[in-house]
Amino acid sequence: MTQLSVENLHKRYGDHEVLKGVSLAAEAGDVITLIGSSGSGKSTFLRCINFLEQPDAGRIQVAGEEIRLVAGKNGHLRVADAKQLQRLRTRLAMVFQHFNLWAHMTVLENVTEAPVHVLGVSRREARERALAYLDKVGIAQCRDSYPVHLSGGQQQRVAIARALAMEPAVLLFDEPTSALDPELVGDVLKVMRGLAQEGRTMIVVTHEMGFAREVSSKVMFLHQGVVEEEGLPAEVFGNTRSERLRQFLSGNLK
Amino acid sequence: MIEWSLFSESWPQYAAGLWLTLQLTVFALAAGLVCAIPLAVLRVSPNPWVHGPVWLYGYFFRGTPMLVQLLLMYYGLGQFEWMQAQWADGNRFWLVLRDPYGCALLTFALNTCAYTIEILAGALRATPHGEIEAARACGMSRFTMLRRILLPGALRRALPAYSNEIIFMLHGTAIASTITLVDLTGAARNAYSQFFAPFEAFVFAGLIYLALTFALVGLFRLAERRWLAHLQPRKALHKPA
Repeated sequence: MTQLSVENLHKRYGDHEVLKGVSLAAEAGDVITLIGSSGSGKSTFLRCINFLEQPDAGRIQVAGEEIRLVAGKNGHLRVADAKQLQRLRTRLAMVFQHFNLWAHMTVLENVTEAPVHVLGVSRREARERALAYLDKVGIAQCRDSYPVHLSGGQQQRVAIARALAMEPAVLLFDEPTSALDPELVGDVLKVMRGLAQEGRTMIVVTHEMGFAREVSSKVMFLHQGVVEEEGLPAEVFGNTRSERLRQFLSGNLK
Repeated sequence: MIEWSLFSESWPQYAAGLWLTLQLTVFALAAGLVCAIPLAVLRVSPNPWVHGPVWLYGYFFRGTPMLVQLLLMYYGLGQFEWMQAQWADGNRFWLVLRDPYGCALLTFALNTCAYTIEILAGALRATPHGEIEAARACGMSRFTMLRRILLPGALRRALPAYSNEIIFMLHGTAIASTITLVDLTGAARNAYSQFFAPFEAFVFAGLIYLALTFALVGLFRLAERRWLAHLQPRKALHKPA
């Protein structure tokens, strides 16, 4: 079943067109990695999927339900029904580059917050869920700490547990390891690898070529707002057709 | 030579004055805070029709001395015939403005509300953008985000600045003595005229204000330890083994 489908997404900032018609379809269990140099539009694309940025054109379906859009005054698309967007956002959990944990809440409170106050799950069930996911990402012992007292890698694993606690259809990762010290990257990637093996549907914007090559079911290379090359990781990395991707990879693979 | 009898004889008046000072301070602060929370939310709205009136209110009450506001309220309003007519009718609501206690309480509440709005609005604006994005991304409605993310974070961040506002308000209530009220400062004035010992009379009041301020500072230190633990260095969390 198609968990997420994005068709022909366009986005411009003033005169600069960042996305020039990007499409993506993720079946259940797909792990799609988006790679590309900075400025290629890959993060913008991811942020347009859950409307943290307003796309100018395109269609987005989450678990078979299309986000209803109307044209706004300034040419941007506007969501027709805020309630529908809120409901579909609960199906798309996002993990951010800078973790974005809620600073005044403990680790456990961060993970139970949205299940209780958005999904309406009972406190007890949310707590059990949270503890299970914190355990899965290997951070249950920190549950009463505040985010600022954790390392970046620990904070990002809390953010992953927070996303999992929503039990979403699709997990969106926006450069989840880019803000981490090199020695902490491995912990987070290990957790993400485990999630991929469980069959979770994931869209991952990343600079980690090893992860893209070994874990993803599909790799998309974005360049200047278009998909320059896409396919199985073995094809994209082993049998690169595009000259730009070749250049990009030679700069990124050590 | 210290007039010791002032202390032994007039302490009941000081105690009564202290009671009035505490009432004015606590009621004014409570009313001011309750009104300031929703108004601070309006104050940070991008819509000028929403934040404009709140700004104007703050501009007046922060731009003029509280003594002038109090005198306007107590002496100024009675000049208008309309107001006198309301008083003559015995209108409960407007009679508050003929009563010095009502005037003082209302002025202090309006004044502290104006300052508290600015403190809270600043704290709201300081919310890290990432926390807002995370809330939007997990499907929170605007109201839930306000209630669960923006206000709890902002109220905590506002705590140190708000503790100053509380101390200013405690000291500010001293001007209630200019409109016939016998608060702590009023009691000191009465003791002064009774004993002709201004130094003792005002030192006594000053010492009581000082003790109250220190008690408040201590309370806020505890409150900050409790509510601002997420901003303090890590070692504060470690309990001794």
